[in-house]
Amino acid sequence: MIDLGLFREIFQSLNKNKLRTLLSGFTVAFAIMLFTILFGIANGFQNTFNNEFNGDANNSIFIYSGRTSKAVEGYQTGRKIQFDNPLYNKIKEEFSGDIEFITGRVYKNVIASFGTEKSSYSVRAVNPDHQFIEKSEMKNGRFINALDIKNNTKNIVIGNLVVEDLFGDIDPIGKYLDLNKIKFKIVGVFVERTEGSDSNEARVIYMPISTAQKIYGNNDYIDQINLTYNPNLSELEAISLGNNIVDKIKEIFFVAENDQSAVRSRNRARENQEITQFNSVLAILVLIIGIGTLVAGVVGISNIMIFIVKERTKEIGIRKALGAPPSSIKLIIVLESVFVTAISGYVGLLIGGAILNIFDLEDYWITDPGVSTSLVLGATFTLILAGLIAAYVPANRAASIKPIVALRDE
Amino acid sequence: MLKIDKLHKSYKMGDSSLHVLKGINLNVDKGEMVAIMGSSGSGKSTLLNIIGILDELDSGEYTLDGIEIKDLTEKKAAQYRNKFLGFVFQSFNLINFKNALENVALPLYYQGLKRKERQEKAMFHLEKVGLTDWAKHLPNELSGGQKQRVAIARALAAEPKLLLADEPTGALDSATSHEIMQFLQQLNDEGKTILIVTHEEDISLMCKRIVRLKDGVILEDKKIKQNRLI
Repeated sequence: MIDLGLFREIFQSLNKNKLRTLLSGFTVAFAIMLFTILFGIANGFQNTFNNEFNGDANNSIFIYSGRTSKAVEGYQTGRKIQFDNPLYNKIKEEFSGDIEFITGRVYKNVIASFGTEKSSYSVRAVNPDHQFIEKSEMKNGRFINALDIKNNTKNIVIGNLVVEDLFGDIDPIGKYLDLNKIKFKIVGVFVERTEGSDSNEARVIYMPISTAQKIYGNNDYIDQINLTYNPNLSELEAISLGNNIVDKIKEIFFVAENDQSAVRSRNRARENQEITQFNSVLAILVLIIGIGTLVAGVVGISNIMIFIVKERTKEIGIRKALGAPPSSIKLIIVLESVFVTAISGYVGLLIGGAILNIFDLEDYWITDPGVSTSLVLGATFTLILAGLIAAYVPANRAASIKPIVALRDE
Repeated sequence: MLKIDKLHKSYKMGDSSLHVLKGINLNVDKGEMVAIMGSSGSGKSTLLNIIGILDELDSGEYTLDGIEIKDLTEKKAAQYRNKFLGFVFQSFNLINFKNALENVALPLYYQGLKRKERQEKAMFHLEKVGLTDWAKHLPNELSGGQKQRVAIARALAAEPKLLLADEPTGALDSATSHEIMQFLQQLNDEGKTILIVTHEEDISLMCKRIVRLKDGVILEDKKIKQNRLI
């Protein structure tokens, strides 16, 4: 059974010494408030980073070709490396276990016209997987599908800004768009998630890669290979996957291993690693500052508790004379400390959370600077622990006071 | 009730030590009312503190109600104080943020009684000292005499075998002093054993026995005819 009498004792002593309670509470509340704000801001930074790169899947690897810069096995430098369908199929097959989605890309610039409206756009001829690699969201209709590839259909998917430019209020689905004098049927409209910052992405026209290869060169050339790696791979594994693919391509094209310009790649795993590193540095920094403030709070309340013990020396002496065992004296001090720490800590947590919510910090790279449930639970535990630590020295001091000395105290 | 044999006590004062009690032999029987007299520095308060288990003796023997008081842990000492002894101090030593009733109930709390029982018992003892109407008042709202009566009620609440009073009238005027002494005599009549430390001659004459201390030894120990106030 809970000893209500003990709590009554504590409430009474806290209540009768309001200023003292308030002051000691303030120290802890302030420390926790600072901690919450700091933690929230750090969280906000991380959220901003995660959002910033959301335009593409965050597990993508892009592979480009260029010209060789090193002579090797009798080949001259400056040789152009050209990806093609057999290479694409080979990579798709060889690394199938580690690849989530894969697409080739063929680039083409076109003049598109609908009725009297006319403008220039870039065409990306792709495989159906592209939708998931670029994270294109369909507004209407559908994306390029397998049948389009198989039958070399003249179906296209256009960005929402293309619709704005050429169609105005007309529903473009099922309409025919003229690209360099060839008519293509619009089967879908997509929107880009990173609006505003990158409007070019919303002015892209997607076309089946097989169609583009047939119409624009009658070949099987591919300009770029994009893929996403299996999300189960670790960042290190993903980085080595990217390197393996590049090495494989270099091998196929007889490119020197140290040639940096013939085959290049951009691996999100590398960026992720940097972000992860940045985040962990930030987390460590926040932890150090947070623990620092908390320690200051604990020392503060410990100090005040020692003062309280000093001030209550006589009372402790009286209690001992009346038969209070040392454990009961200790318990009063400890519980008082834990109580004050926990309550005022929570107040600090609430105020800190409120401050984070009131101010709109999105302009300063801080998005949703919230505090999670697990943090609140962790903070509760930390606060109780802090209260215990803060009470340790003063409680021992109180318990060891000799009644005769305490009673003489004036 | 109380048996002290060859009691010595000295205090360390820096490098030298101050020999306060130099071989005290004292027996107190149940129902006695003893005044311990002496000028300041005679060791009378030290003796009372040792009897009250507030301080430890250096050598000698001290038996309280058949139990030898020796090398006690803090916990055990607290238990004995709670069970055997009631204290009344010169400066009352009430807890100032607790009202009269709560002060009286405090030793009962340490006896582990339930709240309701504590309050009933405390109220009973407050009634005994005639302060029923002042139960809810804080110490600073009471007069000196009332404070001391609350302190006596608190000392009695735990129903101790021995009541120890350290200059109980030292901070009171003579009229109030007599009132308190009258009450203590009444308690003694009911069978309570009482030990009073005082340096006032007239107070000591209201007891049944006077033990005179000087420089740490008992100078005189005699039974007297009590100056009855009732």
